[in-house]
Amino acid sequence: MIRDHFRILKLDLLSKKGDVVSVGGRDDFCGGSGLAALLFQKYGRIDRTWNDPDQPLIFAIGPLTGYFPLMSKTVCAFKSPYHDQYAESHAGGRSALSLRFTGYDALVIVGRAEKPSVVTFGSRHLEIKDVQYLWGLDLHSTGKMLRRMFTGAGHRSILRIGPAGENCSAMACINVDTYRHFGRLGPGAAMGAKNLKAIVIIGDGSFALPEGKAYSKVFKDVYNQVTTTDMMHKYHNLGTPANVATLNKIKAMPYRNLQKTSDETIYDMTGEQFADKTLLRNMACAGCPVGCIHVGFVREKFMEPNQYLYRQVSYDHEPNFAVGSMLGVTDPFSILSLIDVTEKTGLDVMSAGVAIAWATEAFEKGLIKEDKTIIELKFGDAKAYVRALNYLGTAANDFYRLLGQGTLKAAQQYGGQDFACILGQEMAGYATGEVFFVSQALGLRHSHLDAGGYAYDQKPIEKDETKAVDFLVKDEEERILLTSMVSCLFAREVYKPQLLADCLISLGYTGLANSMTEIAGRIQSLRWRLRRSTGFDPATVTIPKRFTEVVTFKGPVDLDYLNSLKDAYSKRILELAKQD
Amino acid sequence: MKTLTTPRMERCIGCHSCSLACGRLIHKRLSWDTAGIRIISSGGLSTGFEARICLACNPAPCTQSCPTGAYSQRRGGGVVVKKKLCILCGRCEAACPVNAVYLDDRGEPFVCIHCGRCVEYCPHDCLELHDMGGSDVEEKEGEKEES
Repeated sequence: MIRDHFRILKLDLLSKKGDVVSVGGRDDFCGGSGLAALLFQKYGRIDRTWNDPDQPLIFAIGPLTGYFPLMSKTVCAFKSPYHDQYAESHAGGRSALSLRFTGYDALVIVGRAEKPSVVTFGSRHLEIKDVQYLWGLDLHSTGKMLRRMFTGAGHRSILRIGPAGENCSAMACINVDTYRHFGRLGPGAAMGAKNLKAIVIIGDGSFALPEGKAYSKVFKDVYNQVTTTDMMHKYHNLGTPANVATLNKIKAMPYRNLQKTSDETIYDMTGEQFADKTLLRNMACAGCPVGCIHVGFVREKFMEPNQYLYRQVSYDHEPNFAVGSMLGVTDPFSILSLIDVTEKTGLDVMSAGVAIAWATEAFEKGLIKEDKTIIELKFGDAKAYVRALNYLGTAANDFYRLLGQGTLKAAQQYGGQDFACILGQEMAGYATGEVFFVSQALGLRHSHLDAGGYAYDQKPIEKDETKAVDFLVKDEEERILLTSMVSCLFAREVYKPQLLADCLISLGYTGLANSMTEIAGRIQSLRWRLRRSTGFDPATVTIPKRFTEVVTFKGPVDLDYLNSLKDAYSKRILELAKQD
Repeated sequence: MKTLTTPRMERCIGCHSCSLACGRLIHKRLSWDTAGIRIISSGGLSTGFEARICLACNPAPCTQSCPTGAYSQRRGGGVVVKKKLCILCGRCEAACPVNAVYLDDRGEPFVCIHCGRCVEYCPHDCLELHDMGGSDVEEKEGEKEES
């Protein structure tokens, strides 16, 4: 289990055969983000399009997965339908521990199944099943069927797609165990293009631990830090929506397609409001005692007299902002209904909400009409948005199909590029200013989690593009180290380098422990090389005009600073991509 | 004599910290299966979690079915495990009415010995080591055999 190489399950959907491959490089690429990049370098077809059957879909875990608290994430790597370049997405749920207990460090899927299929594998079995009867089913129904079809309740992970993945929307996610997602840049389409409806990972293996007490001692230390100190309090308590009130106060909360950055009604959707009104319970990814997953409820009267149904919906700041404030909807129950309908189609909620926000403004400005949108779109109209999000997820007509390929693609055809809230992909829920805008626009994953640009913006730091870019590059490197272990990034205040080294040494990974900085730098360069070799050119990235109109607590966005930051970060990215 | 109970499973968040603690501290294994307490979802994550655990039967059907004395009756309920006597026949697993015994791929049985080591690893206080009264001599013997 603790080994000096990577043990990979490589699966060909066309031949329906698996291959157990031993791959070297443990001490150079660690696991997670590093392993995923290494495997994409080995198996990826950089000169072919994202939907070429031979493109690999990769899921990788790391050396600490399952061994320590919050080492609970899986890294998914693929060629993205969104930009046809290298992409990474992360998810938790039970995916990481299930994969750990299969005995593999990564799963690589190539080929295209002849019929809609489900892959299931564990430590001692592998099967590819034809499931034509599941194709077309929404995500919830698919989950119910799969739970009935396969054994291992509680000790398995179910990765599945909905109609959005089947119709290859570039915003399609891979749902993980109902409440988590490989969300962004279209991994669901990468599965759909392979005719792969679901992957059921049965975590049925058991492995010997190192002799001696060192491991248990370090484990206890980490466990105590995450459960008895305040470090994880925010995530356990209100969860990520705890940010909302602060963001609104500092005028950094995107509202109505970023026409504003604060509004009194946003106080209706704070973390406190969600907890008081809608929270049913917390849940956890397997191996994480924090339990940051917040599950709320919506109920719906479907018939008189007093006939109700209810649904359980997980919420977080990002989906809340995207189908909430971004659409001018601030009632928590309405927001949960919008998350639910989006989830059902298998769309990434963040991307979908921001795309519909653009469509709403385009509709209001007369650029598109009901012959395209099918219904009238109006900020704040949650009932209309339920239908619009469903149209987007199911690619109901040419307009929604195009919008599902990315907001900018639709804006290029219909106009309204100035107010498309795109930073590499649909924006995340932070309008904090120049550093974040540049960080997301140019970041490898186009994610707020690539680096803490949103936090940097909130600090009273002078405008110095060199210092800001130094921060972004260094912060990215530190995060890469964590996502190569693979830690949840919420634990970044816990897993400082010394503790990571202690964890690695307690398992016998002394080589990794002694060269963490070099490894992180190596992975950072490899990821950028892959991104660059698949077509990324930072010079072509634009930051739409809407972002330059933002006014935060610091005042209006400084266009000169924004541009100089963008130039400086672009230059550094190109340097990183050249390093070997 | 103490017995592990699960009085507050409605609070469970599904982190599996208890199973992993049992695997790690008692059986020296990384696993959520080869452990005396195992958490399963009761029909999808939206319906919450159940703990698969020994209910401390007295008499315990698993001990009565064991042909070698590897499983013997623990005073106050449950089982004293002597792994050296186990011939991997699997009859304990078949005899348990609540699926508390897990057989690994070799057929080795795993069951809760009511040591309570998992309790401190539950972040939501779902578990409790309940004092049933009586001597705990045999319990300690059981732990010794396991560790």
